[in-house]
Amino acid sequence: MARLPEIFERWFDAKNWRLRTHQAEMLHAAEAGEDALLVAPTGAGKTLAGFLPSLIALAAQPSGKLHTLYVSPLKALGTDIARNLQTPVAEMGLPITIETRSGDTPSNRRARQKEIPPNILLTTPESLLLLLSQENSADYFSALACVVVDEIHALAGTKRGDQLALCVSRLRALSQTRVVGLSATVAHPEAMRRFVGPKTRLVLAEDGAPPEVKMALPETEIPWSGHMGLKAAQMVLAQVEQAGMSIVFVNTRAQAELLFAEIWKHNEKNLPIAIHHGSLDIAQRRKVEAAMAEGRLRAVIATSSLDLGIDWGGVDQVLQIGAPKGVSRLLQRLGRANHRLDEPSRAILVPANRFEVLECEAAMQGVREKALDGDPPCPGGLDVLAQHVLGMACAGRFLPEDLYREVISAAPYADLPRQDFDDVLRFVEDGGYALAAYERYRKLFRDAEGYIYPANAKVTQQFRMNIGTIVEAPMIKIRLLGRRGGFGMGLGEIEEYFVNQLVPGDSFIFSGRLLKFIRLRESFIEVVEAPGKEPKVPAYAGARMPLTTNLASRVRAILHDPACWGAFPTEVQEWLALQKRRSRLPGPEGLLVETFPRNGRWFMVVYAFEGRNAHQTLGLLLTKRMERAGFAPIGFVATDYVLATWSAYRPEKIDQLFQEDMLGDDLEEWMETSSLLRRSFRQVAVIAGLIPRQLPGAEKNRRQVTVNSDLIYDVLRKHQPDHILIRATRADAAHGLIDLSRIAALLARAKGRITHMVLSRVSPLAVPVLLEIGREHVAGEAEDALLAETEALIAEATAENEIRHNFSHGPKGQNMLFQRS
Amino acid sequence: MTAAPIHFRNERLMLDPSGAAFWPAKRVLIVADLHFEKSTAFAAQGALLPPYDTRAALERLTRLVRLYRPAKLIALGDSFHDGKGPARLAKDDRARIEAMAREAQIIWVAGNHDAAPHDLPGQCVAEHREGPFVFRHQAEPRLGLRDIEISGHFHPKASIESRAKRISRPCFVSDGASRLILPAFGSFTGGLDVRDPAIAKLFPRGLRVFLLGQEQLYSFALEQLGRLAEVA
Repeated sequence: MARLPEIFERWFDAKNWRLRTHQAEMLHAAEAGEDALLVAPTGAGKTLAGFLPSLIALAAQPSGKLHTLYVSPLKALGTDIARNLQTPVAEMGLPITIETRSGDTPSNRRARQKEIPPNILLTTPESLLLLLSQENSADYFSALACVVVDEIHALAGTKRGDQLALCVSRLRALSQTRVVGLSATVAHPEAMRRFVGPKTRLVLAEDGAPPEVKMALPETEIPWSGHMGLKAAQMVLAQVEQAGMSIVFVNTRAQAELLFAEIWKHNEKNLPIAIHHGSLDIAQRRKVEAAMAEGRLRAVIATSSLDLGIDWGGVDQVLQIGAPKGVSRLLQRLGRANHRLDEPSRAILVPANRFEVLECEAAMQGVREKALDGDPPCPGGLDVLAQHVLGMACAGRFLPEDLYREVISAAPYADLPRQDFDDVLRFVEDGGYALAAYERYRKLFRDAEGYIYPANAKVTQQFRMNIGTIVEAPMIKIRLLGRRGGFGMGLGEIEEYFVNQLVPGDSFIFSGRLLKFIRLRESFIEVVEAPGKEPKVPAYAGARMPLTTNLASRVRAILHDPACWGAFPTEVQEWLALQKRRSRLPGPEGLLVETFPRNGRWFMVVYAFEGRNAHQTLGLLLTKRMERAGFAPIGFVATDYVLATWSAYRPEKIDQLFQEDMLGDDLEEWMETSSLLRRSFRQVAVIAGLIPRQLPGAEKNRRQVTVNSDLIYDVLRKHQPDHILIRATRADAAHGLIDLSRIAALLARAKGRITHMVLSRVSPLAVPVLLEIGREHVAGEAEDALLAETEALIAEATAENEIRHNFSHGPKGQNMLFQRS
Repeated sequence: MTAAPIHFRNERLMLDPSGAAFWPAKRVLIVADLHFEKSTAFAAQGALLPPYDTRAALERLTRLVRLYRPAKLIALGDSFHDGKGPARLAKDDRARIEAMAREAQIIWVAGNHDAAPHDLPGQCVAEHREGPFVFRHQAEPRLGLRDIEISGHFHPKASIESRAKRISRPCFVSDGASRLILPAFGSFTGGLDVRDPAIAKLFPRGLRVFLLGQEQLYSFALEQLGRLAEVA
């Protein structure tokens, strides 16, 4: 057992604490100068374990320089930790200075921090890169002894994690620092260990009390489809009433708005219930968080905006409405309830439909077995690297060889080929276009010795305004006008995409209010509060995460084994039993495919269980093959569980449809035109610095200073398909939106083991997906078909009417001017 | 690609899904807002956009010239993103324009981005009149008594609610009597919604839009945009 210095020992004694095993082990790691990864449940004193070595070192040897850097994904977390650290420092009277730094830090304090650094600085990955890009960064970090990365599982494997890893590689180059990772849940401890450093000591704390999770169902019948869970509103309200404070987690912002509205319809006791999601105005969110901290709320309806964050302590239970999607995510959410180690967190899962009953059961199994999920981290993004390269040039001149060596010391970039690095460097230099057009607009210069440095001060200035890897869809602010007019109150932001769908007078739900759209101004919309018919709900692109592989295989296993159905409500049991009689139950192995006729069409339902994104891609590829086979496919719809296609003719020879070569030419051809790739490209282009970020204040003339990224993508793809940004886009899409690895795994699993059931009518298990039809996603390439359909529909509907414009019309009211030639 | 005819008095124009218009009687091809060299203008500001925009637009334009064999090509202004654009043209692109000028007489109407005349082959004019038509960059609020005006400038686009989603496309706009506004032809050109007052007020008696499709145009009246829910 490591011995604490006397002053610390007295402080522990005074608190009646003892040094926990994992805290002692973290001290050993520090003494040995080793990197460490601490995995500990909430409430185990994780933060103290991370900081104790630094506090001890600084108490023994006061310093005027930066000693410990703390990085977390959330600004609020840094602020909270700083406050918590002040307690031991003040109580022991230690000569240690602690400060936070983020985008919100006032400029005078930032300037002072630059001159006189604190001993412990708490910050975010973005602010760290900004610090590292300063010219004095080498001196600033020279005495750094420890980097603490909190909630490391939320960073590793993301673009922010890539960025942080690159920053840490620079910190290691500037100092002798060691690195400490802190995490509550880790699915891939080995990968996470490498993320921290090559020889990281893994410290595992004892587990806390296992969480108590149960499922609750609405009293009405369990819906066949739908994901909002609104039918459960009254039941949720009853659960909230029985506990002190609850967090009610949902999956999307739209769901948060709808459920909030539904709950308040029934909230006759006026329980204080609030809403919290990422689009709400920051001041409003802070107000809600403060009310939570003070215990003034009974419940908060929240999205992932509350997944991470400071300890509120007073949360008694967590409710998850709708599909849990993954075990790790669910555990993270469960951890929000009850931060005391020896008491269990309490959680209630509320499925929104029948399939979600299975998914909730699978998730409870996963939680019991602590079977975390998530894919191992993929290679670092080239767009993030581009940002980093420019940042390092801003910090001072460098030789490409040196920076390359530094970059490959970061785990996500360990396997980066030199050629890719050089391509990224060239992109930053002059755009990296085959056509050498930008010689005179170069951003970087090389001198005679081969050193690289920024071409001018403007380059540095532009870099500092575009730091970060979080790219939001273009947003527009909402201003709520009062009765007496005036400037109005900021409510938050909605996607421009949604605003474009609004016509003045339309009503929509936001921030729990029913709003009427008045008009669009330059950079904001004006609304008033007013009742309206059929309000719309703002949708946010790309907000839905797919079911994880781990959970999907559990669902398949549960489906296949009636012995697992005992806990299900009778109607779900009957539903599954009926499926078994009428068709088959999909199993853990192979692939079940059903075909049946309905309303003059042939349906094919594929029970793949690979998540919505993969199914979406599979649907596009499959319908292409069906077209070639002459089945005349008409459309398809994908859910997290299944894929359904419908066609004019009966699909046959199913084995051939699912051959593995599907991922060859068809995929290439489709990726050429897919709108999904355009969406990925926009993110890549912003992160890499090709398109300037939307900045507050600069919004006014945004339309003049930006070019639509879709247009850039189309031109670049056509004229230089191997450009570094196109490559980065494809890599992103392959891991995310089109989820290629899961399709490949499915095709391999299905090979030679497809069970094809030819049915005379729809099977019970196929009903939910058929109910989704009409709400399906239509890919970009089908837009022209939709336009033609819409035009024809309007022509049909208005054919008998006098059309109110002064175009000449034919005898039947048809427009003679616009016949096709 | 199928072009759609539109009639103004006794004249017929063909609206091409690429965004150009063709006047068969006089063999005149009309395009608006080419915005050549927009990428290099941005590059000078530090945004190194792909420098292929001029080439891409010229390739599309060359295809049209091959298809329609015009005697005259009218560019309705903002042919260059800025006054120094012509000087920044790549050699190949300049050669493409010169080749085109050997096929058809080019009329460069001045725009707000490229008001000054330049040295490229063809004529630089403030506006151009021919037959009943006046070709200018930006629509005049008040038209001459018998003028039919063909203009660009606004980069009009329109969006329509379809069964599955709202679809937004560049479009032609016309009242079918005295005005036609062309969509922008340039590679990196965005758009202004036709419901914006700047466009809508030019059409006090209503307008019809022709959305550009891959193979054909799709036509809707203004009051139908965003109102499908009531129709269906």
